[in-house]
Amino acid sequence: MKKVLTTPITYDQIKDLKIGDTVYLTGMLATCRDSGHRRVVKDGIYPEHFEFRDGAIFHAGPIVGKDENGKQYMVSIGPTTSRRMEAAEADFIEQTGVRVVIGKGGMLDKTAEACKKFGAIHCAFPGGCAVVAAQRVEEITNVEWLDFGMPEALWIMRVNEFGPLVVSIDTKGNNLFENNKKVYKERLSEVLD
Amino acid sequence: MDKAMKEKFVGIVSDFIAMTGIYLADDVEAAILRLAESETGESAKTMYGCILDDLKLAKELHRPLCQDTGVLQFFLDVGTEFPYMNELKDVLYEASAKSTMETPLRPNVVEPLGEHNTGNNVGYDAPYIEVELVPNSSDLRLRMYMAGGGCSLPGRSKVLMPLEGVEGVKKFVYETIVEWGINACPPLCIGIGLGTCAPTSGMLSKKALLRPIGTRNENPAVAALEDEIEKDLNHLGIAPLGFGGDNSVLSVNIECAGHHPATLGVGITTGCWATRRGEMIIHKDLSTEIISHKNSIRG
Repeated sequence: MKKVLTTPITYDQIKDLKIGDTVYLTGMLATCRDSGHRRVVKDGIYPEHFEFRDGAIFHAGPIVGKDENGKQYMVSIGPTTSRRMEAAEADFIEQTGVRVVIGKGGMLDKTAEACKKFGAIHCAFPGGCAVVAAQRVEEITNVEWLDFGMPEALWIMRVNEFGPLVVSIDTKGNNLFENNKKVYKERLSEVLD
Repeated sequence: MDKAMKEKFVGIVSDFIAMTGIYLADDVEAAILRLAESETGESAKTMYGCILDDLKLAKELHRPLCQDTGVLQFFLDVGTEFPYMNELKDVLYEASAKSTMETPLRPNVVEPLGEHNTGNNVGYDAPYIEVELVPNSSDLRLRMYMAGGGCSLPGRSKVLMPLEGVEGVKKFVYETIVEWGINACPPLCIGIGLGTCAPTSGMLSKKALLRPIGTRNENPAVAALEDEIEKDLNHLGIAPLGFGGDNSVLSVNIECAGHHPATLGVGITTGCWATRRGEMIIHKDLSTEIISHKNSIRG
């Protein structure tokens, strides 16, 4: 059966999830990447129209179009490389109380420790599958921080069964991609003799 | 070149950019289908399923298949008798801005240091343009590459000691892929350049990446090394998308140049599963021929 997380997300909703599990998200979601993390963590500035606490963010910079009525809609919105946010993510999780961080690929030890300490998870959406993701966005409800430009702005949207999201860091601090990397490194030693 | 003629030229290039963002080139799509069909792992099959859904939806809805439509990079082989040399740069810049609005593409270009987004993918020395002259020809061979962020992150060059040899090259490439390739949306296209210094090796690696999948270097020893590295990288099994499966790469291409005896420069450039590159010929009467996308647009 499809496991769906609904915002606001409680600790109970995610505490038993394990790395490798597939989940979907229904409710509110905001994009937040390099510049957004800097603004929150370094400048202590928060958006007006989105609540990070018990919420979900998406490391992504979309293409946004306008329909015939001038209403904005998601054209393409795939995940961006989460690892770029590693330097700021642990502080972001601590300061904001965000529960689910969605992106591409893995993150490192500092983020995994923060997930364990503050009860959050990181999930990976399949990279590049941007039209698939856009189809799960029901509406763009707001946009903030457009001074960063389209990719870096904070796009706030309502999503329905957004996924598949593969849990890559769970609330115990287990880390799927770092585990995988160990396997790849072992195989590497087999071919480099 | 009169105004109507220039408008036509801009339109041709703008449509070519849109095509490259929405449809994969024939060789890239065929390579993905091949890996998707041969994959045995259940979760890996699910990921390939998602990728194939995305390709289908992008075609149906006429939308860029990945939101990161990159910084546009043009590689031109221009016949010395091509009549529009004066207008070429203008046309490429105007077409980039036009396609950004009309396709639409994501406006990615930010100005150096200030990070201000220009809003139309045109900025200081952007899009990137590289030109080679072709004697006794009146054609323009136009190749375009969308340099996305995620797939550009693993790229690097290094100058090895010659005694490190081929083993040193392999070690450099494999360690880069294990550490950085897993986040760059594998299965990857790998371009490797071997030259004298870091920048020329890097440029050769880009040239290698632009070569179609399935082609081999004309030097048999280099071609054998391409096969060997491809086999080794596939043994790592990082695809699809770093989750792990039966393969890692769509291709390994190597380009090299005669080098200094005291240095062994190596560069690596990676393209994601959604490697978006296009190739077309524009004749002097502005009639065109699409080379890269003969089948995939129809599919």
